[in-house]
Amino acid sequence: MIVTGQTLKSSEEIKGRSLWVDARRRLFHNRAALTGMIVLGLVALLAVLAPLLSPYPYNEVNYDLIACAPGWWPIEAACRAPGHIFGTDAVGRDLFVRVLFGARVSLAVGLVATLVSLVIGVLYGAIAGYLGGRIDGLMMRIVDVLYSLPFIFFVIILMVMFDRNFILLFVAIGAVEWLTMARIVRGQTLSIKQKEFIEAARAAGVGPLGIITRHVIPNVVGPVMVYVTLTVPGVILMESFLSFLGLGIQEPLTSWGVLISDGADQMETAPWLLLFPALFMVVTLFCFNFIGDGMRDALDPKDR
Amino acid sequence: MIAYGLRRLASAIPTLFVIITLAFFMMRAAPGGPFDSQRKLTPEVERNIKAAYDLDKPLWRQYVIYLGKVAHGDLGPSYKNQDFTVVQLIGTGLPVSALIGILAMTLALLVGTTLGTLAALHQNRWPDYSVMTAAILGITIPSFVTAPILTLLLGIYAGLLPVGGWNGGAWRNILLPVAVLSLPQIAIVARMIRGSMVEVLHANYIRTARAKGLSTRRIVLGHALRAAILPLISYLAPALAAVLTGSLIVEQIFGLPGIGRYFVQGALNRDYTLVLGVVICYATLIIFLNFLADMLLAFLDPRARLK
Repeated sequence: MIVTGQTLKSSEEIKGRSLWVDARRRLFHNRAALTGMIVLGLVALLAVLAPLLSPYPYNEVNYDLIACAPGWWPIEAACRAPGHIFGTDAVGRDLFVRVLFGARVSLAVGLVATLVSLVIGVLYGAIAGYLGGRIDGLMMRIVDVLYSLPFIFFVIILMVMFDRNFILLFVAIGAVEWLTMARIVRGQTLSIKQKEFIEAARAAGVGPLGIITRHVIPNVVGPVMVYVTLTVPGVILMESFLSFLGLGIQEPLTSWGVLISDGADQMETAPWLLLFPALFMVVTLFCFNFIGDGMRDALDPKDR
Repeated sequence: MIAYGLRRLASAIPTLFVIITLAFFMMRAAPGGPFDSQRKLTPEVERNIKAAYDLDKPLWRQYVIYLGKVAHGDLGPSYKNQDFTVVQLIGTGLPVSALIGILAMTLALLVGTTLGTLAALHQNRWPDYSVMTAAILGITIPSFVTAPILTLLLGIYAGLLPVGGWNGGAWRNILLPVAVLSLPQIAIVARMIRGSMVEVLHANYIRTARAKGLSTRRIVLGHALRAAILPLISYLAPALAAVLTGSLIVEQIFGLPGIGRYFVQGALNRDYTLVLGVVICYATLIIFLNFLADMLLAFLDPRARLK
């Protein structure tokens, strides 16, 4: 076909719609996902700005205001602390600022542990899927065996071993969560490596490592991103679960799990200590789930 | 079928072995021993205690001794509850955990299947929407939030149910723990059944059944449910693992004397033998029930045998 100079020029001016532009448009048209992103953004913003938002430091003890209800609390309470909008805890610390500091820890654990699982899972899955054959069989067999281990018990033992080390908590949870990621990436890689552009790269002399990092991994980003948004809430839950049992974050630092656990101990006399952290955590988990569902719909339209 | 079963069983034993080995060395690598206490023991006493529990031998010897004992069904003495062996402790805790777990699973399967079927039969109408909204709530809200909040509402404010305790397994005492444990599973099962049921109801043989004038009731119970229930069987194993994990929380919150509580207490006290024993017990349970679920699936769905 002969293409004249003019048509070529005009076609240059038309901007192509990439997969990502399309996906973003679909994501922003999904009302639940959009609300999720806005609310989550607000929670994150509150967490980041926490020290600026409250006149009280997160660890300041005040023995005059022990477990006092917020000034606006509708039910009768033994004592009230008008300056503290969420009330105070058992040693008189401001609950609002503690919930926000808890958000910092919970969100940070969620993001970092997910990142750890992302790196391990994507590399492992891509290598297994690309190499194929016996190595793939062996690598996936290891994943199968690890899958059948009751992992939460190992994380608990790890936390006991290393004395509830903060960094280790990230690594331990991340090291548990990579298995599903590896499976997803391997499955995608198996189909991608049959494609012509991989053959072209190989013909052009690109090595296996180059093909995996430059050609395979960029093409599995879609499903991986969907899984990442669903992993973050899972990780937050796991951290809170450990903290709830007394095996996670230690005082005076806090997380939603610690706050909920403390609140549950005193819910008869001071229910706000349970309700506010629980509310923050549940809302955050909802946001992540809505965003994850929205992403899946946006990136994988054939599922709708 | 038998060959498939043997193959599955052959892969279960190494898994159990890996679990015991991992758990053993992880526990032993932990800083701080089981006999570190505020009061300093005299060297003689310490040496005698260590000798009594084989802690003075090299690590690999301890491991071999332990494996030998496990093979004979002896999980050793508890380091902290000195008058009890681990097997005795598990023996008292397991019935409690098993009762709660089995009740929660049964409830989840029955209620979840019913709700999911209802939602599928009224697809995109209000029963569907309300069941699916409730399911999202059930999946998202973790048990360590639902447990205290339900206790607060039903136990403290309404005064209908006891706040905690075992009380010999009285139904009023186990109602809340079972409900808390089964809520997320009800939600997941309902979602799953709705999905598969919607698909099945569009199948040709259901149309045939409708055409010959069968009532909806007979179509669902006699034809559709059989096919729709298949994905549920492969979900049994993960559900079980989730219920076991949940029982750690639930037993802790409601003060039930099950093995989940022993595990958490043991981990906090560095009671090595107890923690190891409970992990082995849980792992055996999970692997065995996984095996059963696989066999059931292979029996019902011949395609699964080929995988």
